[in-house]
Amino acid sequence: MNAIFVLIAGIGAMALGYFVYSKFIAEKIYRLDPNFRTPAHEFEDGVDFVPTNKYVLWGHHFTSVAGAAPIIGPAIAVIWGWVPAFLWVIFGTIFFAGVHDAGAIWASNRNKAKSIGALTGDIVGKRARSLFMIVIFLVLLMVNAVFAVVIAGLLVDFNSAVIPVWGAILVALIIGQLIYRKLVGLLAVSIIGVIALYSLIGLGPIFPLALPETFLGLSDRAQWIVILFGYAAIASLLPVWVLLQPRDYINGIQLFIGLILLYAAVLIAGPEMIAPAFNTDVPEGTPSMIPLLFVTIACGAISGFHGLVAGGTTSKQLDKETDARFVGYFGAIGEGSLSLAAIIAAAAGFATLADWQAVYHSFGQGGVNAFVAGGANILSNGIGLNVDLAQTLLTVMAVLFAGTTMDTGLRLQRYIFQEWGQIYNLKWMQKAAPATLLAVGACLLLAFGAGGADGSGGLIIWPLFGTTNQLLAGLTLLVITVMLVRLGRPMYVTLIPLLFLLTMTVAALIMQLKTFYAQENWFLFGLDIVVLIAAILIALECASVLNHLRKGDEKLE
Amino acid sequence: MRNLSNSKLEQKLGKIKALWRKANAFAEEAYNAPYRSAIARAKREQDDLFMLMVYSELMGIPNPVSFYTLELQPLMLERFHEWHIRMGMEHSPLDNIRCC
Repeated sequence: MNAIFVLIAGIGAMALGYFVYSKFIAEKIYRLDPNFRTPAHEFEDGVDFVPTNKYVLWGHHFTSVAGAAPIIGPAIAVIWGWVPAFLWVIFGTIFFAGVHDAGAIWASNRNKAKSIGALTGDIVGKRARSLFMIVIFLVLLMVNAVFAVVIAGLLVDFNSAVIPVWGAILVALIIGQLIYRKLVGLLAVSIIGVIALYSLIGLGPIFPLALPETFLGLSDRAQWIVILFGYAAIASLLPVWVLLQPRDYINGIQLFIGLILLYAAVLIAGPEMIAPAFNTDVPEGTPSMIPLLFVTIACGAISGFHGLVAGGTTSKQLDKETDARFVGYFGAIGEGSLSLAAIIAAAAGFATLADWQAVYHSFGQGGVNAFVAGGANILSNGIGLNVDLAQTLLTVMAVLFAGTTMDTGLRLQRYIFQEWGQIYNLKWMQKAAPATLLAVGACLLLAFGAGGADGSGGLIIWPLFGTTNQLLAGLTLLVITVMLVRLGRPMYVTLIPLLFLLTMTVAALIMQLKTFYAQENWFLFGLDIVVLIAAILIALECASVLNHLRKGDEKLE
Repeated sequence: MRNLSNSKLEQKLGKIKALWRKANAFAEEAYNAPYRSAIARAKREQDDLFMLMVYSELMGIPNPVSFYTLELQPLMLERFHEWHIRMGMEHSPLDNIRCC
């Protein structure tokens, strides 16, 4: 099938979802009220609570939630054929992610813009709140470890991107100073920044850089992982305006340029979907599609991480309650469209089926490297970019995404350690530097322990990351469901996704457990058990809450 | 005729300028909104510390500033001597800092 049809079908379905289903959700289920006094107005303080233009807020929400994960997941899941991945991304976005994201904003908005974690405690109970904290910690841990492995792999495989990737940090530092000292207007700075970034991308293929193959007994991937965590630790300790803020801004612009270029190239080149629609001939050792597909693609179909952004920051800036539909639901669609682009790149970007099979030779392979390689072929056929240049461009896009998520994730994890320091009265753990070191240490352990450092294992840890993300989404859906039931409104729009997610996640965890046992991968086996326990506890929590609700019992604890 | 085209040109320029300003304001909002709270919080923390420094002695908290300026004493001794003479005090007015 031609990729143009896939693209149009996907975008068309998501547009229909936005215009029809999200209207139904907003008006009939959440009953968004334009006259509701939002927390941004009620508690306006110029710091956390600031009513913000809905397009600006959407841009912020979208760029915070869209990272490398909606690219990696689908690009791994294509191994089962592109149709299952496509269907899960499209239907997941319409019936799961949009409902979840808009619902999280609505729930938080109706509860003084509290974070979803705090809401879990208030609405469901204390036990659920503790579970929530544990799952968040696991998600952050895995995000940082996985992304370090992904970036290291990209920098080794596409070494033309080394100069632009690190140069982009320099560009961001300079831009940050220019803006902070008010030397140049922002629009001018944006243009300068984009030109500088794309010139660096142009320079990349001319001056590729590679690390020595082994240094102090570490392979080149392992060296990159160590360097990346060193960088992320420093970046997460710097004041945000120095690096993080300008970096996010440039990344946001870059995301839109990249997406537009990819979509334009698909429309012009019209490549065929080379990958099989349903792969009946999966490589040996590939786990069953059901349930693994539903945890391999988390971001892009539904992701609990969005709930953190929705409750923590977005809801505090909501100007009107009705904006939740645009910001939340359309934000999810933005991410779905990124995943759609990833699927097309990984399925249509190869010349022959044999080439495709060579990349997807075992489970956990492909991933973001397939996205870069395939996407670059499409870009070069569509808009005539040189393949090396196109590869550099997409690598930079993926690395910068993953990098921003990494240093935000490390910062959040540091806060968790500091909070533990307060709870358990450990003075040293409350300080920023030791807490950061602990966070880095935990992530490094996972990155190396998961077998990603030598690059041979592929991303076997990826589905495990997906399960924690889905558990987080499940908890948020539980909060929304309880709220809906108490308001006497239909709960099926959130309850069905919740049950579906929990079933698939638990099934996937058990299946993975068997695989890790067979592989004698005790590290991941242990991690899987931890996540499985959390999942079972969440399932029990759901059952008990729903049982209480069914009996009409108002008090949950 | 010429004036007319000139004014038209100015109108156009004005429109472009207004558009640029609008886009600039939008970009500024997009740049600042995500980090507004983090930066405001950091500033608030610094301001809080400053207030504490200013009012610490009124609240009975010894101000660390005087402790640290004590280190400057050897460097200022000569000027201190000239100062207390000028002020009409023959000897150092301070108990704990003897001068002459």
